[in-house]
Amino acid sequence: MTGFSRRAMLAGSGGLLLSGCDRIVASPTAKSVLSLGEKASRSAQRLVAGNALAPEFSAADISPVFRVNGNTRPTAAAYLAQMERGFADWQLRVDGLVARPLALSMAQLRGLPQRTQITRHDCVEGWSAIAQWTGVPLAALLHAAQPLTQARYAVFHCADDFSGTPYYESIDLTEALHPQTILAHTMNGQPLSVGHGAPLRLRVERQLGYKQAKYVMRVELAATLAGLHGGQGGYWEDHSGYQWWAGI
Amino acid sequence: MIAGMDETPLILRIRWPVRLWHWINALTIFVMLMSGMMIFNAHPRLYWGKFGANFDHAWLEIGNHGPHGYLSLAGKEWPTTGLLGYAQNTALAFPPLVTLPTHYNLSLARGWHFLGAWTLVASLACFLVYALVSGHLRRDLGLSREERRPRALLHDIGQHLRLHLPRGEAARHYNPLQKVAYLGILLVVLPLLIATGLTMSPAVNAACPWLLAILGGRQSARSIHFLCALAVALFILVHLAMVVLAGPFNELRAMITGWYRLPPERKP
Repeated sequence: MTGFSRRAMLAGSGGLLLSGCDRIVASPTAKSVLSLGEKASRSAQRLVAGNALAPEFSAADISPVFRVNGNTRPTAAAYLAQMERGFADWQLRVDGLVARPLALSMAQLRGLPQRTQITRHDCVEGWSAIAQWTGVPLAALLHAAQPLTQARYAVFHCADDFSGTPYYESIDLTEALHPQTILAHTMNGQPLSVGHGAPLRLRVERQLGYKQAKYVMRVELAATLAGLHGGQGGYWEDHSGYQWWAGI
Repeated sequence: MIAGMDETPLILRIRWPVRLWHWINALTIFVMLMSGMMIFNAHPRLYWGKFGANFDHAWLEIGNHGPHGYLSLAGKEWPTTGLLGYAQNTALAFPPLVTLPTHYNLSLARGWHFLGAWTLVASLACFLVYALVSGHLRRDLGLSREERRPRALLHDIGQHLRLHLPRGEAARHYNPLQKVAYLGILLVVLPLLIATGLTMSPAVNAACPWLLAILGGRQSARSIHFLCALAVALFILVHLAMVVLAGPFNELRAMITGWYRLPPERKP
């Protein structure tokens, strides 16, 4: 009757494992085991994607309605004042671990070489929308600012906030220097709306939606994400445990 | 029943690599289905095409009007309160009973799903290599020329519908419908699940844009991913029903120890 006892053991452990899953992941060890999948995905996707371009689409593929998401209207007084003036005085700073910190006006940004791309935005929740984006390749700004050798991440500081915590996101330099990674000011041929992140938002096309920071005021080059708010590299990463690697 | 069983010999029916894979896979599939349902809960609408969001037409939606759950399919709405859309006092597409984790948590569900995905792919790859090299695929799962005849398959369907399961020597090997079900899951549904799962990744889309093109765009791929998961869930239901009908003790013993007792012939 060994079959019985072995079956009971197996069924018992299987049931425990499934019903106890919620409790298991409360421990730090389990959390690190669970993050193995994310680490494996990150390494594998880095390996296969290399510097490959995200698929681009034709004008016929553009979503009729591109829904807004996250914060759709920042409430900070400074932002609202800028909005009143049509963002004429908006300034983008590029600083942190760079040899030459930059401060650029919207006019200066528009004066740089531009890139236009029709790409798909994939929300972590599952929906997708396609739009045309025009903006300045982040690589051009980083080349001008000359990142120091110890810089490993580009951190985006935004004008919107959730209950007082400003939005922030980060990507590594491979994504930051990718040719499709742009700071967009134009969407479907129109100046970026407030709902979509006016006057400047990040498009990092091989990553999910929560990486596409809106209302970008400052790009900070950093060696580590440890000192940034909760240390996980982004608002949703710190607040809701979202995976920092958003390649899937 | 026990006395009757003693009359036929025990045969070694399932070798250890198959048994090991079966149980790893069983656990992994449950993790995948349950965490997958939680991920679906984040946006319980399905579309066809390259894009799809709230303002686009969804071919399937699970939602709720207050405490009334519904499933909307092809323009028709079906009440599903207590099952889908609204159940266990929770306004989610799939209720807490069947999701991993129990309460809404997209990032944790994704953590489980990706750990499960790697386990599923690695164990399936090992199993397929073993099945090819050992001859398991050809010998035990492949259909003979006889079995492939439509008439033979129709006969087998009839036998299954009457719940006349093979007994005696005929039960030594898998029956044709069983082989078709296993091969369908192994060679069609699971590979399609993995392929459509990979296309959910914008990074993989950059690496392999052709995969997305074959599947008809990201939202089509997401719909196919869901339908394949549904196929796996239905397979499991039928699989478990067949285990119960064929004799759960004997079947479970076979899948745990490998030893199987041929069910005795029916008395005339």
